[in-house]
Amino acid sequence: MSEAATAMAGRRPVRAGVRGGITATGQGLAFAGLAAAQLGLLLLLLFLLSLLGLAVVALLGNHGISVRQHAVLALVLLAAGLVVGRLAAVPSLLGLRNLARLTRRLVGDWAGVSVAESYRSLPSGSQPPFHERLYWLISDPATQRDLVWSAVDVVFGWLIAALPAIAIVTGFLLTGSGLGRRSGSSSSSAVVSAKPGAVGLPNVPTAVSHTHSAGAPLEVLFGLTLVCLGVAVAPWLLRGYTGLARTLLAPTGQAELAQRVHHLTQTRIETIDSGAAEIRRIERDLHDGAQARLVAVGMTLGAAEDLIGTRPDAARALLTEARASSALALAELRALVRGIHPPVLADRGLADAIRALALDSGLRVEVAADLPGRPPPPVESAAYFAVCELLANVSKHAGTRQAWIDLRHERGMLRVDVVDDGSGGADPTGGTGLRGIERRVAAFDGILALNSPAGGPTVATMEIPCALSSPKTSSY
Amino acid sequence: MRVVIAEDLFLLRDGLTRMLAAHGLDVTAAVDNGEDLLKALTGGSPGDPAGGPPDVAVVDVRLPPTFTDEGLRAALAARREIPGLPVLVLSQYVEQLYARELLAEGRGGIGYLLKDRVFDSRQFVDAVRRVAAGGTAMDPEVIARLLASNSGDDAISTLSPREREVLALMAEGRSNAAIAQRLTVTERAVAKHTASIFLKLRLQPSDDDNRRVLAVLAYLGR
Repeated sequence: MSEAATAMAGRRPVRAGVRGGITATGQGLAFAGLAAAQLGLLLLLLFLLSLLGLAVVALLGNHGISVRQHAVLALVLLAAGLVVGRLAAVPSLLGLRNLARLTRRLVGDWAGVSVAESYRSLPSGSQPPFHERLYWLISDPATQRDLVWSAVDVVFGWLIAALPAIAIVTGFLLTGSGLGRRSGSSSSSAVVSAKPGAVGLPNVPTAVSHTHSAGAPLEVLFGLTLVCLGVAVAPWLLRGYTGLARTLLAPTGQAELAQRVHHLTQTRIETIDSGAAEIRRIERDLHDGAQARLVAVGMTLGAAEDLIGTRPDAARALLTEARASSALALAELRALVRGIHPPVLADRGLADAIRALALDSGLRVEVAADLPGRPPPPVESAAYFAVCELLANVSKHAGTRQAWIDLRHERGMLRVDVVDDGSGGADPTGGTGLRGIERRVAAFDGILALNSPAGGPTVATMEIPCALSSPKTSSY
Repeated sequence: MRVVIAEDLFLLRDGLTRMLAAHGLDVTAAVDNGEDLLKALTGGSPGDPAGGPPDVAVVDVRLPPTFTDEGLRAALAARREIPGLPVLVLSQYVEQLYARELLAEGRGGIGYLLKDRVFDSRQFVDAVRRVAAGGTAMDPEVIARLLASNSGDDAISTLSPREREVLALMAEGRSNAAIAQRLTVTERAVAKHTASIFLKLRLQPSDDDNRRVLAVLAYLGR
C-alpha cells in the first residue's frame, strides 16, 4: 500500500508538470494565433502606407513617361490610398488595440500578472469626425507602444509562444515516420537483396537496410525527445513570452502619471462643479423657503402689533398664523440640513446613519457593519449619500422590499455592499443617479461596481480607499 | 414637580425655564452639557437642597462637549442607573433610530419631541406632565415615520382610515380622552376604535393607558 502511495506521490508532480506543459503549449498557440491576427492588420496598414508612398514616388520619380501620366498615376494611387485609409485606418488601429487588450487580459489570466492599460479616452461627443478619431488614435503614446508590440510579436514573439507546439508536432511526425519506416524496412531490404547483381553494388543494399533498421529507432527516439522537450519547456517559454508582452504592453511610468493627472483633473472638475451646484441649490432653497417664510412671519407679527390695541381677536389670529409660518420654516430648514449633512451621521457616524436611513427607507433592510473606527468625514458623507441613492433605486426599480447592506473596512478600503433580491437589470449608464454616485466616489479614488443580471439579484459594491480614525470612547 | 433642563443654547434654556415655571413646575437645575446633566439626573445637583433624581428631565439631544448625541446618551445612561427615570428628549430632528433606542427597554416615562413643539406651551407642558407620570410623548413626525416603515404590514393595512388616525394619536401617547377631544368624537367611540385596533393587531387589550401605548409602540417598532 505504502509503496504504491509513494509511487503515486512520485508520479503526481510529473503528471501535473505534463498537464501544465500541455496547457502552456495550448496557451502559447493561442498567443501565436493573436500574432497572426496582428500580422493581418499590420499588413493592411503597411499596404495603406505603401499606396501613399507610391503616390509620392510616382509624382517625383522619372519613369520615362509624360508629366500628365505622372500626375494621373499619382492621383490614382493617392485616391486609392485615401479611400482605403478612410475605410481601414481607424478600424485596423482599433483592431490592433483590441488585440493588445486581449493579450493583456490573457497574460493577466494565464500568467497571473495584471498588465495595466492607459489609453486616452475618446474626445467628447459620441461620434467625433474621422480625422479626430484618427488623431486621437495616432497621438496616443499607448497606440505607438501597441504598434511596437505588434511588430515585435509578429517578427519573433510568436515563435517563442509557438515553439513548444512546433517541437511537439515535429516530434510526433518524426516518431510516426520512424515507426512507419521501421515496419517497412524488412521488406525493402528483402527486395534489394533479391537482386544484388542487377545493381552491381552488393554492399549498398546491405548498407541501406542497415541504415534503415538503425535510423528508425533513432528517429523515434529523437521525435519522442522533442515531444518531451516541447512539453517541458512550454511553461518556461510561455513565461518568457508573457514577460516580453508585459514589458512592451504595460504603460510607461510617464504614461501612468499622465493618466493619473488626467483622472485627478477630471474628478477635481466634477467635484468642484457638483459642489458649486449644491451650494446654488441650497441658496435657492433658503431664498425661496425659510427666508421667505421668515419675512412673512415678520410681516404678520408687524400687522398683529398694529391691531393688538384695536382688534385683539384679529391680532390673535395673526399671531397663530405667524407661529404656523415659523414652524413651516423650521420644517424646511430641517429637510434642507438633512440633505446637506444628516444629523445621525454627525452624531454617530456611518454605521448608525445607514441604520437610520434603512429605517426610514420603507424597505426591510438588514444592516451589518464592521467598522472599528470612523472614516474621514468626507468619505462618510459620500458613502452615506451613495447608499441613500442605491436604496432609493431599490425601492423605485427593484420591485422588492428586502435589501441587505454590508459595511466593512478591509485592506485599506471602506467597502459597502448593497444587495437586493429584486428583478435586476439595473443599467449604470441609464440614470443620472448611479453616474452621480460614481462621480462622488471617484473623487476619493473609489469605485462603484454594479452587478445586476436580468432577474436579479442586484449587487452594488463600493470601495473607497481610506484610513479609519480610532473609535471615539464614550464617557457614558 | 421638580424638573431638570439640559439645553446648551442660552435663549432656549431660559425660555424653557420660564415656560415651565409659569405653568407651576419647579425647575431645580438648568444645565448646558452632558456631564452636568448626568450628575443632575443621578446624583441631584449641588444647588438642589432636596437632592435625589428629579421627577422629569427635559433634555436636548445635542449637547457640548461633543455636540453630537451627548444628551441622548446621558439620558439613556441615567435611565440604566435609575430605571424608568422620566426623560423628555427634545431635538431639531427626530430619528426613528433614536426613538427605538429610547423605547427599547419597553418602559414608559419617555418623550421624544421636535423642538418646534415648545411653540404651543400648553401642549408642551401637558407632554412634560405626561412623561413625568410615566406616560409617553412621541412626536407626530416619529409616529408618521414609524407608520410609514410599517406600510407593508398586513395587519395595519386592514385598519380603517379613522382607526389609523386613532392609532397614530395613541402612539403619540395620548389618552382616550385626549384623542376624543382631538378628533371631536366621544370617548366611547374612541374606546370602540381602540378595541378594534387591538383586535386587528392581535395585541393584548389593556385598560391602562400607558401599557396600551407601549404595546402599540412595540408593535410599530418591531
